[in-house]
Amino acid sequence: MPVESDGDPAARVAAGPHPVHNLWRLRRYLRPYASEFAWLLVAGLASTAAGIAVPLVVQRVVDGPVARHDPAGLLQLGGLALLLGVVEAVLIFIRRWVQSSSAVGMEAALRADVYAHLQRLPASFHDRWQSGQLLSRITSDLSVIRRFLSFGVFFLVLNLTTYLVVVLLLINLHLALGLLVAASAVPLLLISRRFGRHYHAASRRMQDQQGDVATVVEETAQGLRTMKAYGRGVELAARFAGGARTLHDTGVGKGRLLANTAALLDLVPNLTLGVVLVAGAAAAARSVLTIGELVAFVSLQLMLIWPVQSLGWIIANGQEAATAADRIQEVLDTPPRITDAPGALALPRDAVHGRLRFERVAFRYPGTTTPVLREIDLTIEPGETLALVGATGCGKSTLLSLVPRLHEVTGGRITLDGHDLRELRLDSLRRLVGVAFEEPTLFSMSVRENLTLGRPDAGDDEVRAALALAQADFAYDLPWGLATRVGEQGLSLSGGQRQRLALARAVLGRPALLVLDDPLSALDVHTEALVEAALRRVLRNSTALLVVHRPSTIALADRVALLDGGRITAIGRHSDLLATVPAYRALLAAEPPAGQPPPAGAAGPTAPTADGRGLVRS
Amino acid sequence: MSVPEQADPPGEEPEVTRWRGTATDPEADRSQAEESTPEAVARLRRHSRSLLADLLRPHRRRLAAAVGLLLAQNAAAMAGPYLVMIGIDRAIAPLRAGNPGPLVAVAGAFAAAAVTEYAARRGFLALSARIGQAVLLDLRQRVFGHFLRLSVGFHERYTSGRMVSRLTSDLDSIAELVDGGIDSLVLAGLSILSVAAILLWLDLPLAAVTLLAFPFLFWLSRWFARASASAYRRTREAVALVIVHFVESMRGIRAVQAFRREARNQRIFVALGEDYRSSSLHAFRLIATYSPAIKLIGNVTVAVVLCYGGWRVLGGRTEVGVLAAFLLYLRRFFEPMQELSQFYNSLQSATAALEKLAGVLDERPAVAEPARPVPLPTGAGRGELTFGAVSFGYRADTPILAGLELTVPAGQTVALIGPTGAGKSTIAKLVARFHDPDAGTVRLDGIDLRDVRDTDLRRAVVLVTQENHLFSGTVAENIRFGRPDADDDAVRAAARAIGAHEFIAALPEGYGTQVHRRGGRLSAGQRQLVAFARAFLADPTVLVLDEATSALDVPTERMVQRALSTILRDRTALVIAHRLSTVETADRVLVLDGGRIVEDGPPGQLADAGGRYAALHRQWRESLL
Repeated sequence: MPVESDGDPAARVAAGPHPVHNLWRLRRYLRPYASEFAWLLVAGLASTAAGIAVPLVVQRVVDGPVARHDPAGLLQLGGLALLLGVVEAVLIFIRRWVQSSSAVGMEAALRADVYAHLQRLPASFHDRWQSGQLLSRITSDLSVIRRFLSFGVFFLVLNLTTYLVVVLLLINLHLALGLLVAASAVPLLLISRRFGRHYHAASRRMQDQQGDVATVVEETAQGLRTMKAYGRGVELAARFAGGARTLHDTGVGKGRLLANTAALLDLVPNLTLGVVLVAGAAAAARSVLTIGELVAFVSLQLMLIWPVQSLGWIIANGQEAATAADRIQEVLDTPPRITDAPGALALPRDAVHGRLRFERVAFRYPGTTTPVLREIDLTIEPGETLALVGATGCGKSTLLSLVPRLHEVTGGRITLDGHDLRELRLDSLRRLVGVAFEEPTLFSMSVRENLTLGRPDAGDDEVRAALALAQADFAYDLPWGLATRVGEQGLSLSGGQRQRLALARAVLGRPALLVLDDPLSALDVHTEALVEAALRRVLRNSTALLVVHRPSTIALADRVALLDGGRITAIGRHSDLLATVPAYRALLAAEPPAGQPPPAGAAGPTAPTADGRGLVRS
Repeated sequence: MSVPEQADPPGEEPEVTRWRGTATDPEADRSQAEESTPEAVARLRRHSRSLLADLLRPHRRRLAAAVGLLLAQNAAAMAGPYLVMIGIDRAIAPLRAGNPGPLVAVAGAFAAAAVTEYAARRGFLALSARIGQAVLLDLRQRVFGHFLRLSVGFHERYTSGRMVSRLTSDLDSIAELVDGGIDSLVLAGLSILSVAAILLWLDLPLAAVTLLAFPFLFWLSRWFARASASAYRRTREAVALVIVHFVESMRGIRAVQAFRREARNQRIFVALGEDYRSSSLHAFRLIATYSPAIKLIGNVTVAVVLCYGGWRVLGGRTEVGVLAAFLLYLRRFFEPMQELSQFYNSLQSATAALEKLAGVLDERPAVAEPARPVPLPTGAGRGELTFGAVSFGYRADTPILAGLELTVPAGQTVALIGPTGAGKSTIAKLVARFHDPDAGTVRLDGIDLRDVRDTDLRRAVVLVTQENHLFSGTVAENIRFGRPDADDDAVRAAARAIGAHEFIAALPEGYGTQVHRRGGRLSAGQRQLVAFARAFLADPTVLVLDEATSALDVPTERMVQRALSTILRDRTALVIAHRLSTVETADRVLVLDGGRIVEDGPPGQLADAGGRYAALHRQWRESLL
């Protein structure tokens, strides 16, 4: 796949100089098993040789002891056949034993590498690739490759060798007949080549469709509640059925291709056998050939049937592996665009003042033409808190994502204490920045693990402080405390609880820069007030960039910037902007919904509930 | 509640498992647990077999045709060595005598056999691919459809990663069997049987010697069947865990990167991959033992037959040609057995997957369609909701609601507030019938929700949550999700009513913008607007909003609220919100605590009553200043 942009899943072209080019590139995964492979090949060839020797022994038996009435010779040769048989079985055992470990080892190593690479690829890549397409690559495609490398490629070598050896033996037994058998390889070659070409295209189609189906499945699994709420099972089932049916049709097409070829591959050796029989019988009649030789010839030739018959499957398997390798290399060939520059700096936390500057920053999503952000100029002084305000969908979250370099600026630059962010080491930068996203992501793991995502070394005190700040002490009251599994496979938490944990995660370890996307949106008024008070103390020591929707949260900020149409249109103190900028007033004027008069003061303040949970939460 | 084993002190657990934390729901690790009892294993085996039979039933005719073709192919293939024998024993002597007749006849028969084999094989392979693919399609759709029918409660337990794993990896392993040629399995079996018959007919004593191999083959196969079945079951679960972790970390990739989780994630993934690797390796080593062992038995038999047969020829009790044919057939007898062992292996792997799928299909939907549905009354002024002594808990030991009594008259807008765990979302889910109450009834216009057909219920009740899931497709399609038969104008009208039209129109392709493709990135607030437009278009009698407005900016929220006040005027609504601006527009406020209603009244009245609502209300007013 071309390496332009972030690897476009839409451009599904199997590029590359040769259909198996990408498969060949995977050979480095076999390198650790090179010596095993050598053994494997030796064992494989030896076992095949042992297998081939048996008919020769049979010939000796028929021509020798049987013809000469020699029971002792019979026993001897019988013993030889037994020995060869045992050797063959033992060698096969060794080969398969070795083969299994190298095949699964290779699969595991490749899967780990693809995963590692996917983790390095930026958000813009993941925005564009359907997750099912990625999933099908690390499951279906990898097992196809594993199957080919463990059996296909081996049998290809072995069967070709068997074929060659048998043909040579046949030529040795009887020149003319042997050459006749050798000539039958020509149609076999032609058939295989044609088949390989067609099957290649079909198997790529099938794998892409498998990815599409996996995408529908994953999406449905994610949107299950929405589906249930609207009772749209029928529609989703129809959508799935569409994908499944396409898969079915491709599968049937592939089956037909294989059927045509496999049958032809069967016919050719059979016809050859027929010709050999006639010619051989004629030769035997003229006593050019002994009957024993003819029997041996035919038995040997029967040994060709399996290698030829299996050729269809092996080619099919090989083509599937080749297209699967293409699909995997498409991912591996996509360069992670956001990486450490050569000579990138690591800034220790203590050395950071925290002056964050946006200089004529522009951003547009890859593959689009309209910029989301244009000419953003902003300076946030050390310790200052800047709130970012703007209408729904104006690019606030995008702007935040530029700070930890989840996306990369497409114009201008962002500096921290004068260093361009691109000159900092990525892990150093991300360690300095504490982030809370608008959708609090919790993984299926313990609360502690979720909190210490980026700081596995965080101590109990740090965790406690972060939880206290985010008013998330409820975590200690969960059934197993901080060891309780949350996330999809664990305890389900309310939106507010999740948001508080995400906030605790962001502030854990006092990062130099805080980037918080609407961090209090799911909290009730009471909890919000408590979090706000605590957050204010933290914000004094950190430079912070907040996205804010509510007037109540704006109080946290020293200054406010209004983002409109991808530009900063106003910047200043909340009260000043409220007074001078109509657009700002429209966004944040704290008037209650029309027709609701401000009520008179009600009863006394709510006492914080004993467990530290907010009152209005669910 | 019994504490699961994982609750060991964290310090004693290996690093790779500790991160998981302890599941509060013992069911979370259920799929491993379900294999532990022999009865459960036997039950699943049985069910997977009947599932297979059920899948194959509609293809009986094609199967019969396939078997016919197979027999023809087999007969033709078998004829080969026999014709060789005749050729050697009967045609050479006449040829020496100058009579080519027998040879010509043999050659003709041979050619006919070859062509027959070709035609039959081609037909059979194509037909069996069609049957196999049809079975796969059927199975895929069944499992997917069943997943859709299963309750939200089931899915919360089963998790999306496992569902994905069932429908991808498990189906792959069945597809592998279909591709690999279940036909070869049958063919090999058939050819073994027919060769056995020919062997018996050729030379009874030699055949008897051959049969001595059978007890060994049988014993070996039984060992393999048992060992590989449990090995493959383990691989199915191990790969499911790999998939679950993969899907989750790709879904949360932003958090992974922002918090530099990559290295640790990688270690976990490698550890899970290692489990999968070692369980696969175990399974592969079983076949690596089984298959050569079969070969060994075959080779020993050939050697024995060679000696014994040679001795019989020496004694003049059989002919050389017979011995030669016998040995040729013997190869044809053991060679397919080799193949058979290979396909037996795929079969075992597929069976393990089929068991998993049968396990899913065995799940009865906890929220089932009524056997005798009662239609909801139609006409204006409908939408009265009644909770009659409703008790409910997600787990038996922790009730959320206990004997809740509540009546919401038609057309009333009710706001629910209260602390975490008070039961607000639970009430919402019961109204949307995501769960059925453990005791008591939820009624809509006097009809128990359990008696309402799902399609009727969904037309009447819509739940909007903060999830706002958008399916891939255009913006218009996502709005139309609320009412699939709506035309474009209706879709636009809904978007306009909710205030979403402006931003949608500004998207690169307007309503035709793909939401999951380039340029179609919607912010959280925009997604909420689309979700609202969807609910508006659905036009339900009862609308349930569970924290549906959290990500909106103030003007948008105000616009949504204005729209809501129009929408809600003539329908029943339950609104869960922590923003009192939303609550204030309600006709009635319920303050919940511990699953009970502690305050109930119009917002104005409660604000003056001096209770919890009043306190909250005051705080909110202050926050606005």
